[in-house]
Amino acid sequence: MYQPPPAPSLVEERPGTAWSDLLILAFGLAVLYGVLTLGRSWLGPVEASAAISPRPGALPGYAAYSLLRMTVAYVLSVGFAIVYGYTAAHSKKAERLMIPVLDIMQSIPVLSFLPAVMLAMIALFPRRQLGVELGAILLIFTGQVWNIAFSFYSSLRGIPSELIEAARIYRFNRWQRLMKLELPFSALGLVWNSMVSVATGWFFLMACEMFKLGKRDFRLPGLGSYLQAAASAGDTRAILWGLAAMISLIVIIDQLVWRPVIAWADKFKFEQVESSAVPQSAVLGLLRRSPTLAWLRDRAVRPLGERLALHLARKARAPVEGGPGGRKAWLAWLGRAAAAAALAGAAFGVLRVGMLLAGLTQAEIVEVLRGAGATFLRVVCALVIGTAWAVPAGVAIGFSPRLARIAQPLAQIAASVPATALFPVVLLLFIGKGQGLGVAPVVLILLGTQWYILFNVIAGAMGIPSDLREAARIFRFRRVDRWRRLILPGIFPYLVTGLVTAAGGAWNASIVAEYFHFQNRTLQTVGLGSLIARAADSGNFDQLITATVVLAAIVVLTNRLLWKRLYHLAETRYKLES
Amino acid sequence: MAAAEAIVETRAVTKSYDNPEGHRIEVLAPIELAIYPETIVALLGPSGSGKSTLLRIMSGLLAPSSGQVLWHGRPLDGQLPNVSIVFQNFALFPWLTVLDNVEAPLEAQAVAEVERHKRALKILDTVGLDGFESAYPKELSGGMKQRVGFARALVVEPDVLFMDEPFSALDVLTAENLRGELLELWLGKKMPTRAIFLVTHNIEEAVLLADRTVVLGRNPGRIRADFPVALPFPRDRKSARFLALVDHIYKVLTQPDVEHAPPGRREEPAARDGYQRLPHARPGGIAGLLEILIDRGGKDDLYHLADELAIEEVSDLLPIIDAASLLGFIRVQEGDVEVTPQGRAFAEADILTRKSLFREAALQHVPLLKQIASALRAKSDRTIPDDFFFDILEEHFNREEAQQQLDTAIHWGRYAELFDYDANSGRLHLTES
Repeated sequence: MYQPPPAPSLVEERPGTAWSDLLILAFGLAVLYGVLTLGRSWLGPVEASAAISPRPGALPGYAAYSLLRMTVAYVLSVGFAIVYGYTAAHSKKAERLMIPVLDIMQSIPVLSFLPAVMLAMIALFPRRQLGVELGAILLIFTGQVWNIAFSFYSSLRGIPSELIEAARIYRFNRWQRLMKLELPFSALGLVWNSMVSVATGWFFLMACEMFKLGKRDFRLPGLGSYLQAAASAGDTRAILWGLAAMISLIVIIDQLVWRPVIAWADKFKFEQVESSAVPQSAVLGLLRRSPTLAWLRDRAVRPLGERLALHLARKARAPVEGGPGGRKAWLAWLGRAAAAAALAGAAFGVLRVGMLLAGLTQAEIVEVLRGAGATFLRVVCALVIGTAWAVPAGVAIGFSPRLARIAQPLAQIAASVPATALFPVVLLLFIGKGQGLGVAPVVLILLGTQWYILFNVIAGAMGIPSDLREAARIFRFRRVDRWRRLILPGIFPYLVTGLVTAAGGAWNASIVAEYFHFQNRTLQTVGLGSLIARAADSGNFDQLITATVVLAAIVVLTNRLLWKRLYHLAETRYKLES
Repeated sequence: MAAAEAIVETRAVTKSYDNPEGHRIEVLAPIELAIYPETIVALLGPSGSGKSTLLRIMSGLLAPSSGQVLWHGRPLDGQLPNVSIVFQNFALFPWLTVLDNVEAPLEAQAVAEVERHKRALKILDTVGLDGFESAYPKELSGGMKQRVGFARALVVEPDVLFMDEPFSALDVLTAENLRGELLELWLGKKMPTRAIFLVTHNIEEAVLLADRTVVLGRNPGRIRADFPVALPFPRDRKSARFLALVDHIYKVLTQPDVEHAPPGRREEPAARDGYQRLPHARPGGIAGLLEILIDRGGKDDLYHLADELAIEEVSDLLPIIDAASLLGFIRVQEGDVEVTPQGRAFAEADILTRKSLFREAALQHVPLLKQIASALRAKSDRTIPDDFFFDILEEHFNREEAQQQLDTAIHWGRYAELFDYDANSGRLHLTES
């Protein structure tokens, strides 16, 4: 794993902070105890269908379970993303295969993987809880990893050529280049994408902790299953408790993890002059002042890092003898074998899918197409409604610093709650007795996607230069002209970014939104999402694959045909250059 | 000079790229150049002459398309020589402290921590950065950042210190101060390097620092002049010999690109492959230059002109001079510029007459504009997409330059009211007269 490079100059020596050390120690012990306890249950025998207790008192335990799953999945994601991005950026051949694969993987809904991943993992560990747990983790992983990998890849490709030349002319070895140039340069992108990924992870956690596969009913103890169980039972009190636990957990993680990490990562900002607004974090200050951590860093991390760096530098400088040539050839063969295997796998997959699609009956085709049409309409509806309220609101917030101070933190908290956790509440509000899903899916999709639009519009409105706004005032633009000539063109690139993300999220959300277990009933409506969810539930693999392929194709096609063009237009016509 | 063995020399080194359409763009024609110990060599040339490319080939960063680079008489096979580069935009790692930045090259050489520290501190002291060890680059001014660049370059005690326009990102005063300090260290033998290779487009900088000046021409880049600067140190910018030398280099630089063409010719100056290269100047700039020249009696010395206009870099003035001379508005001879009758008429006309005079001159001297206009006239709907002309240009220039050529042509054509351009559709339209 990536160890942050030591930063001696940033340590503020302040004696007498033993209490902060105690705090850190206590925290560390608690984490250790938690991990050991959970680990014991993981290695224990299968208990695939745990009884989920509706007591609020059980919530801290469930939160711990969910948090551990999230952490493991996230750590796996970052590790994989770095290896993937690094390989794609450094090998032209690999790049040609890996980047399109990344594009496709990103557009396949995570929940379509659920049955296959779960069955594989259970087959791998038939007697241990570990199998089901790993399955859930792998699913969260598939939802998180791609945007981190893409961010790392594009950061590597975006390193200024002078810095690359400096690293080459001073003969940095690979390790040094990674630690001193590539990881630091990518750090900010990795941090922001990690936050997005973890939010996505919470979204899917809800679905991954409790699901049906054919006749088997899986329940993993956790926040997601608590909320789902509460929703199924129609227990309003439990839903609210679960929601409260979820929000607190997210706020705590934000304060204890993301704030300090953002403040720390600020030094990796690639800028020539210091910016005025530097992010702050009290927790980071606490960590930096801790004598114990300072001791650890000076006595353990730094010397070890130094020895490793020196060792690798010596190895890189050693005269090349016959060996490395052999090793290179061996590596090249390995690469070729991996590429061949990947290609063969892909070819087989395409063949299978092709045969499957060819064998579809007309009724099945009609069903899939009808579903696709219905879901498409829902997605469009959600995007239109989201744009309709988020654009005026976002512009108002972006233009008024006073409003921004109040509204932005509130919106951030609201946005951090995974939509899947809110679904039960929405269903409670929307569904009277005995009715079907009705308009609820649109609302559910909207819940998951409106924030992307809002935050991007706020950023866009803030980015409109004040002299342009002043010009509009001086020339007495009417309201219509102000929107047409100034605001809409100004926020256009941001709006496009927001809509792209929102659209991707909307398709994924449809799977959860169109098919739901609620109050001991299964609520469903016509749609591609419900088709996928139902197929996964009933173990109908052919239908699952068909619907998934159609969904992925729609996402990829709209990306290519619509969003890419709008992006291009945004970059060429509506870019505000300073 | 020839008595000592060259540290690095190029043997018939060339560089060319294939553009996406498969046309070969030649950047450097065969170049023979050697750097000897104890000298500062300055490489001058207009933009697009391949100065930086040559620097990167000699320092081993870039492989030549053909020819050889010899270090101490032997070819490099993949190994980088012991060299350093001081970069135009510093190329410091913003997340590392000054000390860590300077230590990084030593770490790559597996120098242990204690020794690394000692050597880095010593060199920081030499360049005047004592006390800034734990600062981050973004806390420093431009001049201080470049000092870190120097310290990092010198800490490895390179055979040759390459410098790629090291002062051009700095303000005038800071740059002058840093040049002085560099020279002081060099003359005082406090600089742990055997030779310096300086790429610059600032003529005075070259004459101030170098023992030898090499001038590159473009299309493709090739050596047009190579002469020693035999002035004693410290050099006086106002001395007659200094000024004469600067003036001479101006003349070399402003002479037409193709040597065998007579100076002040009326025919179109051509690129090597016979295709005209438009200088990227705006009509407004050309008119401005003419007005100033007329104020001075219609004739002036180029270097004097640049000096009076407080134009630090000759490369800022050259495109305007080139453009005015291409359109037949001025004549350039031996570093002197003279306004022609056409130029005088253009400068003294009102806005609309200026446009028509510009149109006449453009149609007479700029084949590209003529070609665009007649192609548009030949089409029944009087409109053609810009890609069509871009593709033609791309056969003669690289992608970026082709785009710039097209941009300049469109700008001139719009000014001359020959045609208009719709950026939305990317189409050129004939202006109906």
